Parts: sequence; C-alpha cells; structure tokens
Amino acid sequence: MRSLNIVAALAAAAAFTIAGAAYAQSSKRPAAKFGKPIAESDIAAWDIDIRTPDGKGLPSGSGTVAQGKEIYAAKCLPCHGADGKAGDQVGPLFGGIGSFKTNARVLTPGSMYPYASILFDYTRRAMPMTAPQTLSNNEVYALAAYILNLNGLVKEDAVMDAKSLAAVHMPNKDGFIVDDRPDVKATRCMKDCQ
Amino acid sequence: MSETKLYPIESENRPPSAPPAPSRRQVLLGAAAAGGALAALGVGAAKSAKAAALAVPETAKSMGRPIEAEAYGMPSKFETQYKRRRTDVFVNKQNFSDWSMSPLQHQKGIITPNGVIFERHHAGTPDIDPKTHKLVIHGMVKQPLEFSMDALLRYPSVSRFYFLECSGNGLTDWLQARSKTVQQTHGLLSCSQWTGVPASWLLDEAGLQPGAKWVMFEGADGSSHVRSIPIERVMKDTLIVYGSGGEMLRPENGYPLRAFIPGWEGNCSVKWLRRIKVSDQPWYFRSETARYTDPMPEGKWRQFSFTMECKSVITNPSGGMKMQGPGHYEIQGFAWSGNGHIKAVDITTDGGKTWREATLERPILDKCLTRFTYRWNWNGQPAKIASRAVDSTDYVQPTVADIAKVRAIVGFVQHHNGVHPWSIDANGEVKNAIA
Repeated sequence: MRSLNIVAALAAAAAFTIAGAAYAQSSKRPAAKFGKPIAESDIAAWDIDIRTPDGKGLPSGSGTVAQGKEIYAAKCLPCHGADGKAGDQVGPLFGGIGSFKTNARVLTPGSMYPYASILFDYTRRAMPMTAPQTLSNNEVYALAAYILNLNGLVKEDAVMDAKSLAAVHMPNKDGFIVDDRPDVKATRCMKDCQ
Repeated sequence: MSETKLYPIESENRPPSAPPAPSRRQVLLGAAAAGGALAALGVGAAKSAKAAALAVPETAKSMGRPIEAEAYGMPSKFETQYKRRRTDVFVNKQNFSDWSMSPLQHQKGIITPNGVIFERHHAGTPDIDPKTHKLVIHGMVKQPLEFSMDALLRYPSVSRFYFLECSGNGLTDWLQARSKTVQQTHGLLSCSQWTGVPASWLLDEAGLQPGAKWVMFEGADGSSHVRSIPIERVMKDTLIVYGSGGEMLRPENGYPLRAFIPGWEGNCSVKWLRRIKVSDQPWYFRSETARYTDPMPEGKWRQFSFTMECKSVITNPSGGMKMQGPGHYEIQGFAWSGNGHIKAVDITTDGGKTWREATLERPILDKCLTRFTYRWNWNGQPAKIASRAVDSTDYVQPTVADIAKVRAIVGFVQHHNGVHPWSIDANGEVKNAIA
C-alpha cells in the first residue's frame, strides 16, 4: 500500500511538470449532491440584479427629480458634494458627455453608462456606501431621476419608474466594442533591436 | 541590528520606526558576505576584505523561545519590510474602495504568502461567519439550490496553482515613471494554490436550462460586487474556492468563499461569493460598463476584456534598490500569462538593443507565476534592464509603444502588460524607467 502511494505520488509529480495537462484527471464530477432545493420566492430578498439594456428586474415604484434632490441632500451629499458637483473623495455625478474623443475623458453616470437602469442597479446594491441596500425602491427611482436630470438627460418634471427609466436614451449607448484581443503584435527581436 | 543584505538596501521604503540605513562599515561587511555567497555559486568572486574572527553567537549560548501550546507563526521580527502596502502614487482619500499591493521585490518563490496577497475591495472587507454563509444558484436552472459551507466542504476538492492579477495593475505607470518600487508598479499580482470545487459540478447539479449562456457572480460585501461571465468559461475551469495557500481564505481575499477564473482579471473572481444567477445574456452592470473597460481610439471603450495577457517583470534588482558595487548579480523576476504557460523570457541589460534568454525555473504551470533568473556581471556603468515574456500561444509581451499604437492611453487605463525597464545609474541606484 505504502509503495503504491509512492508510485502515485511520483506519477503525480511527473504530470505536474507538464504545463497545461497537469490538472486533467481531477475534474470528474462526483455523484455527490449536497445542494438544498430552494424556491425562487425564498431568494427574493437577494434577487436584486437588473438586466440593464431592457430593465428586466426593475421593481414597482417611482420617484421624481424633486424627490431625488431632497433624498440626495440627506443621504448622498456628504460624499458626493452639493448638487452632485463632487466631494472630497469622489468625482462629479454629471458632465463629461462629449469628452471621450478628447485627451481628458470625464467619467460620470451621464457620460459613461450605456443604459439608465444601471443607475438603479448600482445605487440599490451599493449606495450609500455607509449603508447599502437601505434605500427604498421609490428612493432609488427618485435619485435616478435627479442624477439623470443633472446630466440633462431627463426633464425637471420627469418621473422614473420601471418603464420610463429603461427608456431613457444614454449618449454612450453605442460606445463599447467587445474584446478583440490579442490586438498588439510584438516581435521577438534578439539583437540589433530598435 | 545590523543589516548586511546581499541585495539592496531599501532606504526609500523604510518606515519611520525602522532602524537607520547601515553605516559604511556595515555596507562593506555586506559586500564581503556577498562576495562569499557569489563565489559559492561559482559565478565569480567580488573583491572582499578579510573576514574578522568569529565569536560564538548569543543564540548558541542560550535557550530559544519555548514552543507554545498553540500559535499561528509569524515572520521574523527582523523582516519588517515584508508588508502589503497601499500605494502612495495614486492616493484614494478613503480606504474602503481601494487597493493594497504585494511586496513582489521580497517574494522568494512563485507562491505569495496569504498575509500579503494583494487586495482590491469596493466597500471594505466583511467578516463573514461561515456557519451562516450561503451560496445560491438560481435563474435559468432546473432546480434552484442553496449550499452551506459545510455542504461545499463535503464535495471532493481540487487544488490548483494560479496567479491572480488586477486589471488595473500598472495603471499609474504607462507614460510617466510615477512609481518607485515593483510593489507599486506590479503589486496587484499574487499567486497561490487555490482549493475548492469546480463551478461546473454545482451548476450541473442545479441543471442548466437550454439557452443558458451567461452567469452572474455576486458577492456578500457592502458593494454586492457583481460581474457577468460567459457560461462556457464557468463550465470549463472556474472554481468555487474556499482555500488558498493551504488554509481557508483570508477575509480580505474572500473568506469563506470566492469564485476563481484562472487567468482572468481579478474582479471577475468575485469574493465573498453568495449568488450565481444563470441567464441567456449579460447584465451590463456598472462594473462592466463604467468600470473595468478599456479606453480605445475614437472615444470608444473595450468591454468584457477578461484575459490578463502575457507579462513579466524583473523584481531583483528593481526600483528603490541600490546595487552593492560592480560584479555579479542574479537578475530575478516573474512571468505569467492568462492564455497559457510561459515559453520563454528574454532579458536586456542594454536598454533593448540586445536580448538573451533567461533560465526558467520549474514548475512551469498554466496561468501561474513562473520564476526566471539570469546571471549578470554589472560593469558599474549606467544600464537599463528589462524582461520580455513569450507564452505558449507565441504571443510576445509588447512594449508600451506597441500597445499605444492600437489603444488609447488616457486616464485610468487597464490591462498594462508592457515591458517594464529599470535604469541603474553609476551610483547603483535602481529606478523606474518606463518613460
């Protein structure tokens, strides 16, 4: 038994030196099943993701620009600064639209987000940083309305809900290209290079 | 405490409480020790003063510390430099969505000790009780499932050696030499043996519905950090990991559970993993639109650029170190590729005119750090040294100039895998020479 173990260990060590092939034998799925069935309804409190291009997952509720401005002053201003103009630690929440073809790209929700529903998804899951997942859905909609208005992307009297938020057109919607690397071709020059 | 290191004295990194830089006499003693060590290596001897007569050391004339009933061993109290550090080049004014970097210049092998694996969090480090932690798999599956940590630890396990690198590694040093040390230029890089369960086992157990193409990994931290990942990659070799470096994950590295996607940018390997949702399309979260995308020409952004391409760096000698006079040195460093294993590393000591192959140290593993060495006789004249790696796809590590031809280097640019030169001046000072 002992010698068998040693043989196995040596075989494993030999396999180990062959890059790429080293791990092949250990991935066979076992018969074991230890997951416990759970109903989707029992995952509801965790199920907060929004599919942002079409807003799938956006909950019921709504909020206005004016409501958002009040909630912002109470819960967001300490970090993000008055009127979304930036705080000590974070940049502005508006501006930068049209800056991407310059040498000073300004990244804000208005300039960067391709879909407005990202505002709901991200604000609900991560903000305020000191107390994430404490805002009501109505509050999140109102803050989305306020930030979109700061960026000039919705009017002063806009009301954001599942339908209207997903319908807001964002200027960077077509700003992305999918990974096409390797895009850089370097040569392996050994002498008299450069 | 006298310091007689073979290699460099890092006075720049010295914390205020640490002892002062060695006196001239101590430096000379250091040089003598260096000469002896190098002679033993058979690579030539430096000129050395005659060693003084030896006294029996105090430690040999007394008992040491007793063995404690239980303890977690720590590095020698003399190893004060071996610390993970936030960078002082790009200073975040808060340290919750921030990063700290691995001290690569002190790493002695391919494995990064758990206590100095780099950190990148979006809302600080949570302390999660494994007794209450749950992983849920749902969405386009036949049966949504919940896994406790006890359940996950019951599965057969796999352990694999992989590097982990942040997509933002090197972002401060594209066009200007802003960082001093390799910890600051390349320290969002670590390597460990990761232990857990293949993600495919758990997804198969839940049963994928026809049309399932993407999954979402979500963390239990205060940012509920989340990424969309192509299901093909998840089923191929993604791990659900609870161990690193022989023990349970450290809190800052995802305790008790994280995803691990070999060779892909670190933020996809979501820490504190609590939810996997299956879908037919990606979500386009903030973390894959407004962040973790690469500026491209014409005002565009490259998206879903997951792979960390082939890269290498010399860690010794490296920025902030001081050469101990002309003579023999071993150039040491690491090479890695998210697309395979390292096939070769070339070294230049003349600023890129001439390159020679370094020695690769085994094991040479897929998507893992590979250590390289190169013996060099420094003539004491100013020099510029750099490494260039080639991976198993024959991809050659590019220079920043090569990369700048096809991408826009503007703002916080991710995925810097450019060749990184260090300059050595006539005084032996080693400096960042990226630009």
